[in-house]
Amino acid sequence: MLNTLLEAFSLLSRLDSQVVAIVWLSFKVALATVTLATLIGLPFGALVAVASFPGRGAVTVFLNAMMGLPSVVVGVIVYLILSRSGPFGDMGLLYSPTAMVMAQTVLVVPLIAALTRQIVEDAWRTYATEFRSMHFSLRHSVAALLYDCRYSLVVAVLAGAGRSLSEVGAVMIVGGNIEGYTRVMTTAIALETAKGDLPLSLALGMVLLTLVLLLNTGAYHLRLWAMRKYG
Amino acid sequence: MFPIQLSNIRFTPDGRTVLTGVDLDIDAEGITVIIGPNGAGKTVLLRIMAGLQTPHDGAINWNGDDNPATGIAMVFQHPVLLRSSVFHNAGLGLKPFGLSRAEAKRRTLQTLERVGLAHRAEDSARLLSGGERQRLALARAWAMRPQLLLLDEPTAALDPSATDVVEGIVREIRTDGTRIVMTTHNLGQAMRISDDIVFLANGRVIERAPTSRFFARPQSNEAKLFIQGELPWRISFDN
Repeated sequence: MLNTLLEAFSLLSRLDSQVVAIVWLSFKVALATVTLATLIGLPFGALVAVASFPGRGAVTVFLNAMMGLPSVVVGVIVYLILSRSGPFGDMGLLYSPTAMVMAQTVLVVPLIAALTRQIVEDAWRTYATEFRSMHFSLRHSVAALLYDCRYSLVVAVLAGAGRSLSEVGAVMIVGGNIEGYTRVMTTAIALETAKGDLPLSLALGMVLLTLVLLLNTGAYHLRLWAMRKYG
Repeated sequence: MFPIQLSNIRFTPDGRTVLTGVDLDIDAEGITVIIGPNGAGKTVLLRIMAGLQTPHDGAINWNGDDNPATGIAMVFQHPVLLRSSVFHNAGLGLKPFGLSRAEAKRRTLQTLERVGLAHRAEDSARLLSGGERQRLALARAWAMRPQLLLLDEPTAALDPSATDVVEGIVREIRTDGTRIVMTTHNLGQAMRISDDIVFLANGRVIERAPTSRFFARPQSNEAKLFIQGELPWRISFDN
């Protein structure tokens, strides 16, 4: 146990090229996923919070339910879409980082959208009359609410980043865990643990935990700063 | 001039009468103050005039239109300010106008100067004092250059000094050519600031008169009692 731990620290301290490559790919996939999911999820969640339309309740329930979407199910669906016989098979995206980003975006969008809807809906109750008195359109209201809730929405984006970084099922299915190409931290940990290479698993696990902790610490301090500055 | 005509307005949520048989023409320049006891329907009447509440019966005509126009602005008793700078909040009402960035900035800064908040433009709006928040809300409405400005008890939570500043701004907005309708509980303020008074009680317009005449010779018994500080409404409620 101690030897495993020491070897894991050694891999990290000498910046082992395999570890660095895996961490770097994980970071790129997570960043692309969160960027895409934020661009889709924030406005969509805010729109559901503010707009009145038939079936709004059903959309809200659906969004909330999709937060718990099993990642392997998403993996299989995206696999079918991108496989040779699927509608986008000709694009040759299966077993590529792009496929991993696509699958993770499907997983993360409902999470960000559902949390955004909740945060923005609470704010909307406070602002609705004031915005109507200023003759705001739906677009103006959504933009103003997203801006006003920006520090709370960091939590939604962060939850998306956490899900993306820790997700294993979908990226395993559509990425294939190909060494040096689609192997990310979670798939590498699963594989190396099965192979008995515990030092590498442990080293990657430590990086993963540190990343998640750093993200949350940053968000915590951002909120503190915002509360002091804006009340 | 921004005429509004309210004809036979009735507002009865859940069968409870808040307003009934209200006829009101707002067609002259100046400041009209709506006074009356708590629960008389002042705020609801103002919201109906702003188009924020739909009456259950009756008709409203905004400058010849059935829908409220962008020429109306409203300031609430407790204005809601975004978590942002004073400058950003002051210019918020200009978003639907589609002004150029430069024009919106110029108009916002000009209005902030007129309410005495230009030096705080970069500060956080939510950290302002009560009086400053109300001045900012007035600036936000004034920047929209409304033809009609509706003020719902804008000084209810302010001390006399802050009230005096707000009253000065309201007068200046009026001098700018904006028609003002406001509600207040403060009879002294109504006397100081208004050109005419609408006295509302139990959801009805009991009396409307020029300010000096209303306070010197109120026509109705209810208005007389209200000015004297007596509360027949509470007595009837208790009974």
